[in-house]
Amino acid sequence: MRRPLLPVLGRLWLALILVFLYAPIMVMAAMSFNASPFYQLPFSFSTRWYAEMAGNPQIITAALRSVSIALVVTLIATALGTAASIALFRYDFRGKKVLQLLLFPPIAIPWLITGTAMLIFFFAIGLGRGTPAVIIGHVALALPYVIVTVTARLSSFDITLEEAARSMGAGGWTVLRRVTLPWIAPGMVAGALFAFAVSFDQFVVSYFLSQPGDSTLPVLIYTAIRKGFTPEINAISTIIITVSMAIMFIATRYSRFGGER
Amino acid sequence: MSRVDVTAVTKHFGTSKALDDVSITFDDGGFFALLGPSGSGKTTLLRTIAGFHFPDSGSIRIGEREVQRVPVEKRDIGMMFQNYALFPNMSVADNIGFGLRVRKVGAAEERRRVAEALELVQLGHLGQRRPSQLSGGQRQRVALARAIVTRPRVLLLDEPLSALDKTLRVDMQLELRRIQREVGITTIFVTHDQEEALTLSDRIGILKDGRIVQVGPPREVYERPVDAFAASFLGEANWLPPSRVAGLELPCRSGAGSFAVRPEALSVATVPAPGKNAIQGRMSQHVFAGAMATCLVDIDGSYWKVIARDRDIPQIAPGADVWLSWSAADTIAVPTPA
Repeated sequence: MRRPLLPVLGRLWLALILVFLYAPIMVMAAMSFNASPFYQLPFSFSTRWYAEMAGNPQIITAALRSVSIALVVTLIATALGTAASIALFRYDFRGKKVLQLLLFPPIAIPWLITGTAMLIFFFAIGLGRGTPAVIIGHVALALPYVIVTVTARLSSFDITLEEAARSMGAGGWTVLRRVTLPWIAPGMVAGALFAFAVSFDQFVVSYFLSQPGDSTLPVLIYTAIRKGFTPEINAISTIIITVSMAIMFIATRYSRFGGER
Repeated sequence: MSRVDVTAVTKHFGTSKALDDVSITFDDGGFFALLGPSGSGKTTLLRTIAGFHFPDSGSIRIGEREVQRVPVEKRDIGMMFQNYALFPNMSVADNIGFGLRVRKVGAAEERRRVAEALELVQLGHLGQRRPSQLSGGQRQRVALARAIVTRPRVLLLDEPLSALDKTLRVDMQLELRRIQREVGITTIFVTHDQEEALTLSDRIGILKDGRIVQVGPPREVYERPVDAFAASFLGEANWLPPSRVAGLELPCRSGAGSFAVRPEALSVATVPAPGKNAIQGRMSQHVFAGAMATCLVDIDGSYWKVIARDRDIPQIAPGADVWLSWSAADTIAVPTPA
């Protein structure tokens, strides 16, 4: 029996795409374990660059700062985004459609533009650069992701559950805590993971808004590369990629956009 | 337990009037059915009593308490929803205990009363299940137990049986009635199923276009409807054409203009029954359905329906002349609709 050509071509095409996407990452990951500082082959396995990275206080400080900023951003964005989703779900008000539409362009607008706009705006209002500005900027970028995932989960929520809880004497807060939040929790977890990833991986906006000497990890990597490349960067990048991919994987597992649990 | 008084309640949604000057009293411990076609305002009335809507004007009293501005959670009601609205993330026992926990009755008391409620609805063994593991009828019982476990002042039921299939529905009707009697709670029940309303309730309110058409015990509403809508909506009615009125003995009611006869009040024969009202028509169809049968008789181009025991209907060929007879007292008289 002749095998149809199209599926074979299709598979080949898919394989090429995956190679195209992941080959550079794989090379980088491999090189982070290569003992030679000049990418010389033959490959000889070493964890030297990881050790050097761990001994580099600049990298460690930046990494810790990135993680703390990402955690704060995650908390704020998840709380605000969840509240916004519930409001959009529960109430009808003038301009609701417009507001919902306005939530999406920030995902599409180039970060360079958003970053520039934020920088100008924060200087105009006297906030300037610094960690608070970075956090606000990241929250703004992360919010749409939280709203999208929580709204997707809410779309399968039965509003009569809230009515039933109220008929049994539960006030607004109890209804939220005991009925609504347990239902949207998976959407919130997914949104929180997205928010963390958006903040942790963010370069452009961080670069614009952070003060020199106060860099986040991506900003530090960028400046390090400009000064001269060391395989330490391979090591830290490999760690970041592994963590980011793990987060994205968990996030997509949790969100299952709009589906039943 | 309390009586519920609705006085001159009007409610608009945008420009449409959902309730139009509705006044109605629900007696303490009574089982009251609100009946009407969709869009008649029956559900709005129920939800206004529950507190999901506040009336634009008028007052609502539960017991001695004015509640028209009181939010749902402070009204001390029990409500059962059409889709049951059981919390999917909680066990059956936690669903039933929800209202008790909100009222902070304490763990021991909660356990005791949940067990009692489960016993009442005959689900004693299912407390640890999830709602998703229950059948439709069982979910319905859980919803009922959950609605009454807090001993609310009034029980509100929003088409609670419509999601069940026919056989189960009849069982649940009897069950609902038993539990309501046992608990003695004032119950208001919304339905569009006239048979359900007749079977279950001791009073019926018929609504149309946001207004109360008639209120009374089922038999009274059935036998003495106040207008053509009530007569046709609750049960079936054969309307007497004005041209056939001559020579019949009809009730004298002021303003009465239209007359109707219920299908089961009629008898079919080849001759008019002596001492009764009778009109002549042409046999159209005889539909056998076991013990009972339905006849359609052509009266001046419109069909009259007769429902009787099959053995009481003579075998008459379609197209033959027949007489339909009924006791004068069975004639329904209503004002002619404007």
